[in-house]
Formats: sequence, C-alpha cells, structure tokens
Amino acid sequence: MSEKPVLEIERETGNFHYPERHQYDAGIGLDEQTIHYICDVKKDPEWVRDFRLKALQTFQSKPLPTHWASHDLDNIHFEKIRYYLAAGQQPKRSWEEVPDDIKKTFERLGIPEKERKFLAGVEAQFDSEAAYSNVKEELAKEGVIFVGSTEGLHKHPEIFRKWFGKVIPTGDNKFSALNSAVFSGGSFIYVPPGVKVKHPLQAYFRINAENFGQFERTLIIADEGAEVTYMEGCTAPKFETATLHSAVVELVALRGAKIQYITVQNWSSNVFNLVTKRALAQEEAEVKWIDCNIGSRLTMKYPGVVLKGRKARGEVLSIALASDGQHQDTGAKMIHGADETTSNIISKSISIGTGRASYRGLVYIPQHLKGCKNNTECDALLINTESRTDTYPAIVVRGQGNSVQHEASVSKVSAEQIFYMQQRGLSEAQAMSLSVNGFVNDLVNQFPLEYSVELKRLIDLEMEGSVG
Amino acid sequence: MNSIINGPQAFNFSNLPSSWQARQKVAWEKYQKISMPHRKDEDWRFANIQSIQLNSYQYGTATSESEKEEILKQSQVPFPTAARLVFSNDERVACDLTNSDLKKKGVIITTLLEAVKNHSSLIENYFLKQRVALGSEKFTALHETFCRSGSVIYVPAGVEVQQPIVIFQWLSGKNQSVFPHTIVVTEANSKVTVLEICQSTEELPGFVCSYNDLVAKEGSHLTYVCAQRWSEKVLAFHMGATTVERDAYAKTLMVNFGTAFSRNENRSRLTAPGAQSEMLAMSLAHENQEFDQRTLQDHLAPNAWSDLLYKNSLNHGAKSIFQGLIRVEPGAKQTDAYQTNRNLLLSGEAEADSMPGLEILNDDVKCSHGATTGQVEEELLFYMQARGIPENQAKHLLVVGFLEEVVARLNEPEIASYLHTLIEEKFERSEKIVWQKKAVSNSPASKTEVDVKALQGAV
Repeated sequence: MSEKPVLEIERETGNFHYPERHQYDAGIGLDEQTIHYICDVKKDPEWVRDFRLKALQTFQSKPLPTHWASHDLDNIHFEKIRYYLAAGQQPKRSWEEVPDDIKKTFERLGIPEKERKFLAGVEAQFDSEAAYSNVKEELAKEGVIFVGSTEGLHKHPEIFRKWFGKVIPTGDNKFSALNSAVFSGGSFIYVPPGVKVKHPLQAYFRINAENFGQFERTLIIADEGAEVTYMEGCTAPKFETATLHSAVVELVALRGAKIQYITVQNWSSNVFNLVTKRALAQEEAEVKWIDCNIGSRLTMKYPGVVLKGRKARGEVLSIALASDGQHQDTGAKMIHGADETTSNIISKSISIGTGRASYRGLVYIPQHLKGCKNNTECDALLINTESRTDTYPAIVVRGQGNSVQHEASVSKVSAEQIFYMQQRGLSEAQAMSLSVNGFVNDLVNQFPLEYSVELKRLIDLEMEGSVG
Repeated sequence: MNSIINGPQAFNFSNLPSSWQARQKVAWEKYQKISMPHRKDEDWRFANIQSIQLNSYQYGTATSESEKEEILKQSQVPFPTAARLVFSNDERVACDLTNSDLKKKGVIITTLLEAVKNHSSLIENYFLKQRVALGSEKFTALHETFCRSGSVIYVPAGVEVQQPIVIFQWLSGKNQSVFPHTIVVTEANSKVTVLEICQSTEELPGFVCSYNDLVAKEGSHLTYVCAQRWSEKVLAFHMGATTVERDAYAKTLMVNFGTAFSRNENRSRLTAPGAQSEMLAMSLAHENQEFDQRTLQDHLAPNAWSDLLYKNSLNHGAKSIFQGLIRVEPGAKQTDAYQTNRNLLLSGEAEADSMPGLEILNDDVKCSHGATTGQVEEELLFYMQARGIPENQAKHLLVVGFLEEVVARLNEPEIASYLHTLIEEKFERSEKIVWQKKAVSNSPASKTEVDVKALQGAV
C-alpha cells in the first residue's frame, strides 16, 4: 500500500539499545554454578537457594510441551542464553538517581511521564534487576508495599514467603521451573485489608542485552477487601538472535479483594514470550486479567484463576494481534474450586499476513461443586489469505446446577463494509483499520483510557500495509 | 480359545483369499508397532484408557443354527426396506434384497467377502482408502487384521434407492469380538439411506472394532445412520470416514445407547466445491457408561458447507467426551462450517468434557462453534410439575425434547420413529437401575488434589 499511515506514530519506539555495562553477569548457559552465582550476587537466603536448586532439577527433567505446543519451542537454545545480567544497582527511589542510560531508555518509552500523570507507583526493570521503584507517599503511609521481588523477599519475608510459589508450583510446567531456578526482578505488591488503590500501579520491563533471558517473578497480594490495579508493559530492541522472556506471575486475592492485572505486551518480533500467570481468588474475591499481546515471535500465555472461595469471580479479557511470522498462542484457564463461583472469558484475535493466533483454554468444574457458571467467547478475525487462527478449548463439567457455555467464531472483514467506507472517502487502509478497531472496541473500552488509546494506535500501526 | 491379542495366526482364516490373509499379516505387524494410547496423548485427553483391555476377547465363535433363527426373527424394523443384511459374530446370517429392481439397475448390496471375490475393484478403490486418523490408528490396524465381514453397498449413477437398506450387526456369546466393515458408495446423482443397527444377544462383555468407508460422489445424496445398542458391558470402537465430492450431500448420524466404553471417530472430507456434510450424533448414557467422540470436518476445497450437531444426555455417573475440529485448508475459501456440542447433565455425578476446536488457514470463511453443558432447568421442571406431571416423567420429556433436534435433522420420518422407540427402551432400562454412587471424597485434601491436577501441564 502506498497510503500514508493513518496515524503518525514512531513505529520503532522500542527498537534501540545502549551499550552493556553490567557489573554482574552469570555467563552463558545454565547449571548449578549459575544458580549459586545468582544466589551469591543477590544475597539470597538459604531457603531461596534450595528452592532454586530444586527448580533447576525440575527444569532439567521436564520435557518441552511439544506434543501439543508449537515446535518453534525447539528453537530455544537454553545453553546459549545469559540468565543474569545486572549493573549492580539497587532500585532507586528518585528518578534523578537512576543511571543516565537507563533513565533515557525509560524516558523514551514515556514511563516517568506516565507516573506523574496518573499512576500510583512505578517500577522499571532493566534486564535482570529493577532500576527504579517508587510508590506514592500517601499509599506507602497506608501500608501499601510496591517493590521489586528481590526487595520484597528480603524486607517482607513474612508476607512474601507465605504466598511465594503457592499459586504456581515450581513443577507446573518447564518454564515455571526455569523461572523458579533463575528468577530475578519483577514486582512484589501487598495491599493491606480494606485499602483501595485508586490509581494503577505500573511496572515496565525492558530487555537491553542480546542473548538474554528475562525471568521476572511477580507476586501481588490483595488482603481482605483491598483493591488494586496493576499494569505492565514490555519492550525489547530487535536483536539478531532470539531472546527469551519467561515470567511467573502469582496473584492472591483474599476474601472480598479485587485485583485487575493489565498487560500490554509489545516485545520485538524475536522474543519467545513464555509466561505463566495465575491467580487465587478467595471467597467473594474478584480477579480480572486484561491481556493484550501484540509483539513477540511466539507467545504462550494462558492467564488463569483458581476460584477457591465461594462466590469468587474470575475474568480474562484478551486481545491478540498476530502479524507476519508471529504466533500468539494465548488463552485462559478457569479452575472452579468452590460453590457459586463464576468466570468469564472473552478473547479476540486478529491474524495479519502469515500471523497465527491460537486460543487454548481450560474450564474445570469438579463434581463436588454446585451453582458455578462460565461463559467463554472467542472471536477471530483473519485479514489475509495466509493468516491462520485456531481454537482449542477444553471444558470439564460435573456437579449440581453448574453451567458452561462456549462460543467461537471466525470471520474476515466484510468486503461490503470496506466498500461502504471507501464510498465515503476513506482509504482502504483506513477502512480496514476502522473495522479492526470496531472488532476489538468493546474490549478495548474496558482498558484505562491511556492504554485504550495506545492500543488503538498500535492496531492502526499493525494494519499499515496489511491490506490486499 | 485364543485371545485376539495373539494375532491372526492364532485363528483360522483359511477360507479367505490369500491376498486378504497377506493384508491381515501386514496390518498385524503395523498394530504391534503402534503403541497403546496414553492419557497424555492429546487425542486421548480425558478418556478412560484403563478400560481398554483386550486380553480376554476371543474371535470367531460360530453362532448356532438355532441362535441364527432367533437372530433373524429379532432382526426386524417396523418399516419397508430395500434390503436387509444380518451378521452375527462377523458371520453372514442373511442378505435379502427385497426390491429385485435394484439389481437390474446395477445396485450392489452384498457382503464384504462376496465383494472381495466378485467386486474386487470396489474393495481396491474404497476399502480403508480414507483414514480417520483421530487417535485410533492402532485400532484401525487391529480392524484390518481381523476384518472379514461387513457390507458393501454400491449405487450406480442416477439411481435412487427409495427405501432404506438395513444392516444388523449382532454380538453373540461372552467375550466375543467383531470387526465389521461397511462400504457405501453413491455414484453421481444417486441416492441411498443406510441404517446399521448394532446389538448383543445377551448382556455380556464383548469387543467391537468397526470401520465405515462412505463415499458420496458428484451430486449424490448419502445418509448413514448407526444405532449402537450393544450390551452395556461391551467395549467398542466405531470409526468412520466420509468423502463428499462436488455438490454431493452426506449425512451421518451416530446413536449411542449401549457399551460400557465406546470411542467414536468420524471424519468428513469435503473434497470439492458444493460439497455438503452434516454430522449428527446423540447419546443417552447412564450408570458409568462413557462415550468418547472425536470428529474432524476437513475442508479441502472451496465453497463447501459442513454442520455438526452432537448432543449428549448423561445420567448417573455417565461421561461424555467431545473433541471436534473444523479444519479449513489454505485453498478452501468461502467455507461455511459450524459445530455444536450440547450436553445435558441429569445428575451431579455425570461428567461432560468438551473440546470444540477450529484450525482455520484461510481468511475467507464463516466458521463458528459452540459448546454448552448444563442441567435440566429447575423452572421447566417446576412448570411441568405444577401441571401434574411427576418429576421423573417431566425429566424424561425434557430429555426427549433435547434429543429431538438431532432426530428431526435426520429428515427420515420412519427411521426417526424407530429411533424414538429405541430412546424409550433406553429410558425403561434407566428407570430400572438403582444407581450406586461412586465413593466421592469431599475432604479438603482431595479438593486440593483435584485443583493441582487440573492446573498442571501447560504454561
């Protein structure tokens, strides 16, 4: 298409990197020595060292899930990855103290600006460690903790250890085991009982080094009746070699608490993004995952909620945009573990060019439960003839008075609709972009305003040149 | 008596042509090379693999003459038929062509063995030429190893067979096994309806491993119904492959009433523009019956249509598994494909597992699938009870109504009426059952165990 872009946005926003000046480097490859190196540098307590070593064994013994997953996983060369890289800095509380390179990186991405505008706190991770971490004073006074996971583990062990690894066991899958072995960075949030954090907390994850694996670990605990919204954004420059991002995110919503977790993933197109995300919702608690996957080479991510308490509610709203050469293998898991629990999954995907979007889901209602409900809707939009979409849900229902419904549809942008808009003076690209934005509109509207605008612009960008 | 797991050499197949025996040996070698399905195989997810034990099943016990007489008496349907084929333990009992005109028109209705001898081109062209390949490849090889019986129906171009052709498959005696094969070919612009009724002479354990090859050629109309009401102690595999060519229409209906465990695999291949395929199934299960259903709507050509409707009504501790896939190949533009799985749970112990799937490799399509699982609505029961209908009767009516959508889609009033009779018979059996609940622990420990198990596996 020779059309001018619909919106003037810098396409290469995240595609820059600074020279590496790391003080700590665990070297290439993974063995027990790597684990000991990470533990020594991070001054991990002994229980964490044991935890990591056991996880390493689990990682080494578990096969890749290639019997159902993409064989592209075979292209990850675990022996060529650098598992820990840090400049040796402690996370800074003041933006002025952050080293220049790192500061410039995040300023280019607009992070401190966003904080000033409307965030309740920000954490910014550069490669393995947090570079900046701050929570607004009034929240700190109320007892809200928002720090990097390393700091959380050292300074708040009584809360951290109680929930760490409890929602996602080490052996859950090969990548949760890998993360458990080499985890570094990520966020630790604790919201005391009854505290409602009005503005979102945000974390930003940045990979700056080539051949690097980022393994952040996030643990968020909302105590009884507390409420919190957390947003994360991710970028990396495009390197010649593939990069691995394998996070573990655990959410704990205690009785009556509410957690909303928003992800806008826009990794560069050579990042393997293999993430395990799961929440535990106690009685009458509510967890909502809003998951938006635009970047990466392969994303495998199925946010889940274990509905452990009566009347708990889980929700996953997800948008996946798979462009040329990308595979967005995303979905949701709802594990009903108590009576009258309800869950809702809405997934929308768009495949452009040779992109492939897959929905993979699990809804599980065991026999001892009654009055549980689930609703799942998956819609896929295909833009080009080579585009591909798949849907693989698994639904297991037993018990009394439980009901589940699942619907999925696949369609293309209607030619009549495009023609209609062209008749009214829009270019084909503009018409297509408008149609796609219309397709995801009801979901995007649930995002915080700044994010919904950003997301719509990203969709516009991805639609450039995709028509025809 | 030898077990089937000893292979074909343990049995006397000397009456079969030598080429057939050679084929059986090759198939047996293939069977031995393929490993038994494992619960971790995606195609066997949620299935009760442990119930597949083949050691005790024997093969080839002849049915006595008196039994055959009784079987012939029982092999009746309450409507006129074009032909009737009756088999017991893979032996031909009868092959009656009611309408002699059909033979004149070139219609072939015969047994598999006869076809091997007299219509070898039909066997060469169609016998196991299309593979279902939805997980039971090992059992397809086992079928080929022991297959020596079945029906071959060939309808020449332009011929319409007005009345249904009915096939009876009987399983007689304890631990017997059968491997029936059905080939139905409709040439251009022809039409036929085939009803296969599968049943046991007594409530005894047995093993069934059947395979269908259905081919609807250009502009033809093929309807195939399999009503399986084997003994509820039987282990059964029913595999079926349907090829639908240009502007042809194929409709299949699988009715599940019998067996302890049955695995149904059905694949419909739409190979040319204008092809239409309707895949239907209904199951009425009670006690610990398990129906494992796997389907594939395989769109290989543009401008084709397929629609699937699988409905399961599950009582007591019964379980259904549905794994269906609509696959649209890159060149298959303007595809219309739909898939619906609905499950009705009549008790808290019943389980429905549903895995409706889509794999779409072309943008110019309309595809959707839906799955629901729920219970009988309390409000509906209350409404009917308030009008003097007892609860059991009300539930019965609601289940009949639930299944009626499938029966009506068949659009064959006489067969539909016959199926209603079978549904009522199944209800009568259900009502006589004093259901013993399986021990279920509700202790917190066991709940945690369930959760962890469900969580494991994927990223």
